[in-house]
Amino acid sequence: MNLKKYATTYVPVCNIDDLVPGRGACVLVEGRQVAVFRLPRGSVYAIGNHDPFSGANVLSRGIVGDLKGELVVASPIYKQHFSLVSGRCLEKPDVCVPVYPVRTLKGRIEVGSEPVPDGSRVA
Amino acid sequence: MARQKLVVIGNGMVGQKFLEAIVEAGGDFDITVFGEEPRAAYDRVHLSEYFTGRSADDLLLAPADFYAQHAINLKLGVKATAIDREARTVTGSDGSSVPYDHLVLATGSFPFVPPVPGHDRAHVHVYRTIEDLDAIRASAASARTGVVIGGGLLGLEAAKALRDLGIETNVVEFAPRLMAVQIDEGGGAMLRRKIEALGVYVHTNRNTKEIVDGEAARHRLNFADGTVLECDMLVFSAGIRPQDALAKASGVEVGPRGGIVVDDQCRTSDPSIYAIGECALWSGRIYGLVAPGYEMAKAAAQQIMALPDAALFQGADMSTKLKLMGVDVASIGDAHAQTPGAKSYAWIDEPNGVYKRIVVSSDNKRLLGAVLVGEASDYGTLLQVMLNGVALPAQPESMILPATDGKSSAGIGVDALPDTAQICSCNAVSKRELCKAVREGAHTVAALKDCTKAGTTCGGCVPLVTQVMNSELKKLGVEVKKDLCEHFAHTRQELYHLVRVGKLKTFDEVRNKHGVGLGCDICKPTIGSILASCWNDYVLKDEHAGLQDSNDHVLANIQKDGTYSVVPRIPGGEVTPDGLLAIATVAKKYDLYTKITGGQRIDLFGARLEQLPLIWEELIAAGFESGHAYGKSLRTVKSCVGSTWCRFGVQDSVGMAILIENRYKGLRAPHKLKMAVSGCTRECAEAQSKDVGVIATEKGWNLYVCGNGGMKPRHAELLASDLDDVTLLRYIDRFYMFYIRTADRLQRTSTWRDNLEGGLDYLKQVIIEDSLGIGAELEAEMALVIGTYQDEWRTTVEDPVKRARFRAFLNSDAADDNVVFVRERGQVRPASADEKAPVAAVKEEA
Ligand code: SRM
Ligand SMILES: Cc1cc2nc3c(=O)[nH]c(=O)nc-3n(C[C@H](O)[C@H](O)[C@H](O)COP(=O)(O)OP(=O)(O)OC[C@H]3O[C@@H](n4cnc5c(N)ncnc54)[C@H](O)[C@@H]3O)c2cc1C
Ligand code: SF4
Ligand code: FES
Repeated sequence: MNLKKYATTYVPVCNIDDLVPGRGACVLVEGRQVAVFRLPRGSVYAIGNHDPFSGANVLSRGIVGDLKGELVVASPIYKQHFSLVSGRCLEKPDVCVPVYPVRTLKGRIEVGSEPVPDGSRVA
Repeated sequence: MARQKLVVIGNGMVGQKFLEAIVEAGGDFDITVFGEEPRAAYDRVHLSEYFTGRSADDLLLAPADFYAQHAINLKLGVKATAIDREARTVTGSDGSSVPYDHLVLATGSFPFVPPVPGHDRAHVHVYRTIEDLDAIRASAASARTGVVIGGGLLGLEAAKALRDLGIETNVVEFAPRLMAVQIDEGGGAMLRRKIEALGVYVHTNRNTKEIVDGEAARHRLNFADGTVLECDMLVFSAGIRPQDALAKASGVEVGPRGGIVVDDQCRTSDPSIYAIGECALWSGRIYGLVAPGYEMAKAAAQQIMALPDAALFQGADMSTKLKLMGVDVASIGDAHAQTPGAKSYAWIDEPNGVYKRIVVSSDNKRLLGAVLVGEASDYGTLLQVMLNGVALPAQPESMILPATDGKSSAGIGVDALPDTAQICSCNAVSKRELCKAVREGAHTVAALKDCTKAGTTCGGCVPLVTQVMNSELKKLGVEVKKDLCEHFAHTRQELYHLVRVGKLKTFDEVRNKHGVGLGCDICKPTIGSILASCWNDYVLKDEHAGLQDSNDHVLANIQKDGTYSVVPRIPGGEVTPDGLLAIATVAKKYDLYTKITGGQRIDLFGARLEQLPLIWEELIAAGFESGHAYGKSLRTVKSCVGSTWCRFGVQDSVGMAILIENRYKGLRAPHKLKMAVSGCTRECAEAQSKDVGVIATEKGWNLYVCGNGGMKPRHAELLASDLDDVTLLRYIDRFYMFYIRTADRLQRTSTWRDNLEGGLDYLKQVIIEDSLGIGAELEAEMALVIGTYQDEWRTTVEDPVKRARFRAFLNSDAADDNVVFVRERGQVRPASADEKAPVAAVKEEA
């Protein structure tokens, strides 16, 4: 990917209070299903909702937590863990789900219209 | 050369082991087996479990196809009646005559019945075969009191069985104490005290002179000292005698007091005839235990196959560890300190009913023997220390004194044992073999049992097998931790305790006090479940919602395509036609795939997340509640139709099932709970495969616990009989709360029970006798859960904020377009990837 061409338009999707602390929900961003998670202290993460192992759109319904310091969600179908930061699957590191830019402005959550390109991901 | 002919007489435990040894070593023979009993070899050691839920089939030693698979001609129900040593043939009671090149006698022994007048009266039994147990059970049905003659190991086992059958039980022993062969006076006295405390009467120093008609009961025993005892049934357990008649009649040498004389190769005086097991007399001894018999079986098999390094039988250690009426009893080596110069150390703890004694050599360097009563966890270590001549610590008594520093009391650990130490004597498994298996990847006791067979016979070695495994794992650098996960350095049991005692009400409180980090998909649901078991809050309250497994979080079971199933509760499986109509209406309206479940209710599949509250609103209006099919909680209480309609029913099983289901619905536990109630012993509700099963009797209810279907089926065991309604519920309350208190995460009651130190007897003490004094506490804890029940689906649909969370997308009313159904047999089902492909293609183009 060409890093220079990467610029995001943010789309407002919901209010932070629509999310229960410690859980996620799914939003539609220009036709894409994005799983948005609210951590207990209020930070917000977004990854693709599609679970590559089961083929179902369900990652937003998993349990969030941390494993060895990495923030993760566990797929509700077969329980693989995905990093909320890099999208990488902890059990099978060659499998990745997209990560979306996300920010909170005055209680409103906004998600980037394009996933973060591979090259600019936090490792 | 024609295949050699091998004939085996007797298909008992040892005869069977012999066949397995031949098969394992690749022996190629024409094999014929005579078995007098009507069924193939079964586990006599665990015979008594026939009374506590295991069927005759469960007790079989080999898979049903073992004999056919190895082309063994097994003649069941056929007794060998004569051996013609010259013609080399065996005649059977079916008239057959079978030629042999090698003959193996594995005829076992028979119970000795002293020839006192009256020994042949009706309702007088012995305790050796399944048929004996059937006869005892039949007698017990019309008996109130029973006597077991013989206070040895088998006599006490028989006494326990009688007591379990609800018979008032007496043990009559000729000697001045119980188990005089295996344990010393101090141990015998402690054992007696413990057994009497369990309600079994012990009469020692009694010589039975005759058995005659009783006054108040069927029989009356007249003793030599003039005393008498009356009873309705009687079991003789006065020792065993080798079954050597056939050998004797054919001129094979037998010992002066019986037993077929064999040498180290297990050969009799006729070199083509071998004898193994309890019929064999080696060096003047009969071995009445299964492990030496197994050794003989192995030796004989290898001798017959003429293997170059064939094993010999050179005597066996007679040490034993048993659980008699829930009391641990172990005897090791020279338990009576008969070795010249032997010295002993003893520890007696009367309040806790523990007696331990070790016998050491005159120079204090070697262990010669030991007796343990009431607490025998050091048995394995002590036995190995004796067998391997391990040097004793400077203070040998440290091996039996109670630990003061939290360490195991035996001052010598498994690491001191040589590699050759035989850890499992039943299956001849050495420490070296165990360690090797651990290194090759067997990291759990179950895996070790599977690949080495250690611990699979009498089970006595399991604690030691575990120690060897843990020590080897440690050497491999594999940490043996029982921590729940990286966030909590506690077991589930510890966390449960901390939550209760600390009155902790939320995950954050628990984490702040006892954990680290954010938590994960292991500890969150576990603690969520503990909080629910203790305080029974609504699980979707904001502070709990994040803890729930994905299924609990939406109160439905997720399916492979991300849709959900809906299971309304149908208590006891009873449903009105109107109820069915309501379910049908909902199913039709939302086009749900409808199926009758294995749990006597109806499952509606293919509901989308956003449809769940709508569907439930309609079901609730029709009177239905959540079925908790998604929770680690009470699932179903199956029932059979019972006395209301069925001509055999003796109680209202449907009524009881509904009562029970309504009592425990919503109860959250370490794993799911299933129950069933049957209206009579025909057991149409399959209660014996449930965590808690209830079976009606003429007098009330029998309560079975810890059964399981699923991957590893296990029959439930009888906990208590003929209970009235109130006692039944009280015992179930206590049982469940005790399980919730002490089980591991995701441990069904059956695995919990299998790992419970003390087993069923311990469970009975806790639940029935309230030995821990926590009965009232457990009942109060259950009362709180019952009293705070709410239908969580109703609470959810009535709360607009909670309802709003059931949406596919927070910012759109669209539905998940990845959910695609096709129709099959008139209903929907998820489309396969192939079936979905065209849809995707069409979308790409669009
Ligand atoms: C629907 C049903 C099959 C059916 O079509 O009949 C079913 C379906 C499932 N069973 Fe079952 N079991 C169903 C009766 C049983 C039974 C029979 C019974 O209860 O009489 C058993 C054996 C009895 C037992 O549990 O001891 C059974 C043993 C299991 C097991 C293995 C448990 C074990 O201890 O080995 C699992 C796996 C687990 O729980 O970890 C399981 C798990 C499951 C799960 C939850 C698997 C999953 O995670 O997706 C299935 C989801 C059901 C759903 O979405 O609604 N199911 N399952 C039955 C629902 C009964 C009900 O009304 O609630
Ligand atoms: C209730 C009970 C509990 C026990 N608990 C323990 C324990 O905890 N630990 C322990 O080590 N041992 C225990 N034992 C002893 C153990 O069961 C025996 O040591 C073992 O069964 C001996 O095996 P065997 O093959 O020599 O004899 P058996 O198992 O008795 O088998 C002999 C078989 O040969 C058959 N037979 C005899 N004569 C003929 C014939 N002429 N033709 C055809 N078939 C014939 C018999 O019918 C029988 O089936 C217990 C025994 C009982 C009864
Ligand atoms: S047996 Fe397996 S496939 Fe069938 S319902 Fe149970 S868990 Fe599902
Ligand atoms: S010693 Fe009996 S099973 Fe191991």
